[in-house]
Amino acid sequence: MHVEKQKHDFEPKIIAFVCTWCTYAGADLAGTSRMQYPANVRVLKFPCTGRIDPVFILKAFQQGADGVLVSGCHPGDCHYIAGNFHARRRFAAFRKLLEFVGVDLNRLQFSWVSAAEGGKWVEVVTELTERVRDMGPMQEFKELAMEEQWSGAINTPELQEAYNQI
Amino acid sequence: MSRIGVFVCHCGENISRTVDVERVAAEVGTMPGVAFATDYKYMCSDPGQGLLKKAIQEQKLSHIVVAACSPRMHEKTFRKAAESAGLNPFLCEIANIREHCSWVHENREEATAKAVEIVGMMVERVKKNRVLPTITVPVTKRSLVIGGGIAGIQAALDIADAGHDVVLVEREPSIGGHMAQLSETFPTLDCSQCIMTPKMVDVVNHPKIKLYTYAEVEHVEGYIGNFQITIRKKARSVDEDKCTGCGLCMEKCPVRKIPNQFDCNLGLRPAIYVPFPQAVPNTPVIDREHCIKFKTGKCGLCQKICGPGAVDYEQEDTLIIEPVGAIVVATGFDLYSITEKPKGSSIKGYGEFGHGKIPDVIDGMTFERLASASGPTGGKILRPSDGQEPKQIVFIQCVGSRAREKGISYCSKICCMYTAKHTMLYKHKVHDGQAYVFFMDARVPGKSYDEFWRRAIEDEEAVYIRGMVSRLYQKGNKIVVMGSDISVGVQVEIEADMVVLATAVQPRTGADSLAQKLGISYDHYHFYSEAHAKLRPVECATAGIYLAGTCQGPKDIPDTVSQASAAAAKVMTLFAKDKLEREPIVAKVKEAGCVACFYCKKVCPYGAVEEKEIRDRQGNLIKVVAYVNPGVCGGCGTCQATCPSKSVELDGYTDEQIVAMIEAL
Ligand SMILES: Cc1cc2nc3c(=O)[nH]c(=O)nc-3n(C[C@H](O)[C@H](O)[C@H](O)COP(=O)(O)OP(=O)(O)OC[C@H]3O[C@@H](n4cnc5c(N)ncnc54)[C@H](O)[C@@H]3O)c2cc1C
Ligand code: SF4
Ligand code: SF4
Repeated sequence: MHVEKQKHDFEPKIIAFVCTWCTYAGADLAGTSRMQYPANVRVLKFPCTGRIDPVFILKAFQQGADGVLVSGCHPGDCHYIAGNFHARRRFAAFRKLLEFVGVDLNRLQFSWVSAAEGGKWVEVVTELTERVRDMGPMQEFKELAMEEQWSGAINTPELQEAYNQI
Repeated sequence: MSRIGVFVCHCGENISRTVDVERVAAEVGTMPGVAFATDYKYMCSDPGQGLLKKAIQEQKLSHIVVAACSPRMHEKTFRKAAESAGLNPFLCEIANIREHCSWVHENREEATAKAVEIVGMMVERVKKNRVLPTITVPVTKRSLVIGGGIAGIQAALDIADAGHDVVLVEREPSIGGHMAQLSETFPTLDCSQCIMTPKMVDVVNHPKIKLYTYAEVEHVEGYIGNFQITIRKKARSVDEDKCTGCGLCMEKCPVRKIPNQFDCNLGLRPAIYVPFPQAVPNTPVIDREHCIKFKTGKCGLCQKICGPGAVDYEQEDTLIIEPVGAIVVATGFDLYSITEKPKGSSIKGYGEFGHGKIPDVIDGMTFERLASASGPTGGKILRPSDGQEPKQIVFIQCVGSRAREKGISYCSKICCMYTAKHTMLYKHKVHDGQAYVFFMDARVPGKSYDEFWRRAIEDEEAVYIRGMVSRLYQKGNKIVVMGSDISVGVQVEIEADMVVLATAVQPRTGADSLAQKLGISYDHYHFYSEAHAKLRPVECATAGIYLAGTCQGPKDIPDTVSQASAAAAKVMTLFAKDKLEREPIVAKVKEAGCVACFYCKKVCPYGAVEEKEIRDRQGNLIKVVAYVNPGVCGGCGTCQATCPSKSVELDGYTDEQIVAMIEAL
């Protein structure tokens, strides 16, 4: 019963890390086309998904995000040639790490949304919002102190390994 | 202490309809660091910008946030306004509360709350923004043009006529591209050679154009205004400076039976050859694959016969480096083929249309060569199989085009028109012949185009059948074409002597690898992408690189030439300045922390990261660190996210700025 109640009362906080050239523009297109989607998402713009440090995702969860979306250009379409490719490799390694620290990977969504895909942006955001709403608020992470990771040092073997795989 | 100014725009009613802008301004006004907050009907208008400037000066604002439409719309506008009021433009940020908020939400309460959060996030970010200097770079006023079809030729001539040096690189032994192969051209039916060859000669005689044929771009370095191009000039085996173009070698060469690609393999050529008689330059090339000298070491006839001693079997590929400031890409198109080219046939093979096994099923370009006065038949329409004149001829449009199941859903744009042209050329040459055309639609927009197409039907009596061909097979020396006429709902069967397929226009094979060298983007077909479909149709998103002709999408000659001249105009605009300003969004290395792992160097897609030695006064090496060349850096920030010691930082997107935004949420 408790779970049921939670599901409906709760407005999840979704943070989206997107690249300027594709997904940000795709989200703009959704706006210009007056498509509607849940108001839970906050968009942070990056030049390229290549710039997105996995630490930002940890930081977002730590700041109370219930879901995180990372979205950039389709493979082969990167404005910066290959940034999204590096991002992809980096995040593949990073997912393992996130699982290790106890974050349900269903809260983290990677996607490709191009500048022409306003509709896809709406779909991705809506889907993630609803999924996270069903999952309930993010609890797992609140207790985890990640500050030391943030200070810049690679002080866990997992992080070290993740970096080595990049 | 920061004194931030926040300006909330109504955008007429576009924002204020769903977002309570007054409340946003009031709530944001109480945030720490915010000294001034207001709202206005149209921030981007002249009075709106005036309000912003006045506030910056009167309120002594240190940073500003404009809450309005997407930064992709007006970031430049507001940064310029801030600059004119004496504020560094990079101390101005945009909060997108229109595209990302008011337009996508209906609930006023929710939208207003979201807008406040978005603005709050940008307020926290802007606090961490630093003054960034504008970076200026010099411009090398020479242009590279890649591809010598009509697009490349037009662009090269326009730029050269404006007084700038041009380096034109063509992969084949001669310039000319597809247009040189055409017989007569729609919509006026002027002879292609007659309008094309003078332009080709202009190119080779132009004092400002340096022409490299039988050459390819090997490597590209640098950035707008400052590219370094490495060109591979393939060994031609004939010295271009010595050769007089007499053609004796071609007469003497004992190898005679190599299908001539220029004639769609209908004619034959020797091992030392020029692709066609009007080739520019008129210097032969040895096809080393077929030359006896290269295969067995014997022969050597052409060298013996050559008066000026131009034939040089020892010649090797040479690499040439050319500095240029701009690049026009004009590499053109290929025609669609389903299967590998069957032996002895010019047809590349089309699964459902005889698998390319039937010699008298040809493609449109082969028809052009048959109809061309300088072609292998001297302009007579004759069947490749037996040299007979076809009396019944079937044209099939949209072969490969608009066929989603083949992976191509676009329209090739030129086939309706050239098929109409082919029916006319055919009727002009075979008076008692009958042409049939299977078509899906007639797509003939363009000046004098519809009239042209009607002429094919009304004056030249071509029979147009709306429908696709279901089957096609050889029966005796006829080709049976079966299809349906959907406009009347009957099956049709035609016994044809020859079938011409209007095959799809496709990007060049290998277009993607050239794009990767250049760092430009392409669509999933591999047509090169323009920066904006409507407003920047000839520029690539990569600064300093422009597109001309069919490498960007299917086009006829008038469209190709227009785009080429437009690309040339863009190059001239660039060359009108001596120095360029570029966004200072570049990465910088904090040398103290750099551990010289050079992960950044490995991931940088621009090759901007160099190794730099730090020495003491005596010149002893202290350490090696990474250095980012600000001219080359594209500003993607991949290095920063990769650096394990956090020693490289992208200006405008520092960790501090991003973390401030996350923490604001
Ligand atoms: C059958 C047929 C009939 C047609 N009839 C007409 C007509 O009647 N009227 C009309 O307006 N249009 C007609 N067209 C269209 C016309 O041919 C094209 O619009 C025009 O040729 C496009 O020119 P382009 O320079 O873009 O490409 P291309 O002609 O393909 O030229 C590209 C050039 O770049 C070179 N190149 C390619 N890759 C590289 C590289 N990597 N490095 C260096 N060089 C490279 C190629 O060798 C070539 O010389 C017809 C087309 C076809 C297929
Ligand atoms: S050396 Fe080669 S190109 Fe020259 S004549 Fe002999 S076969 Fe022909
Ligand atoms: S930001 Fe870094 S990785 Fe990206 S182009 Fe500049 S130096 Fe290279």
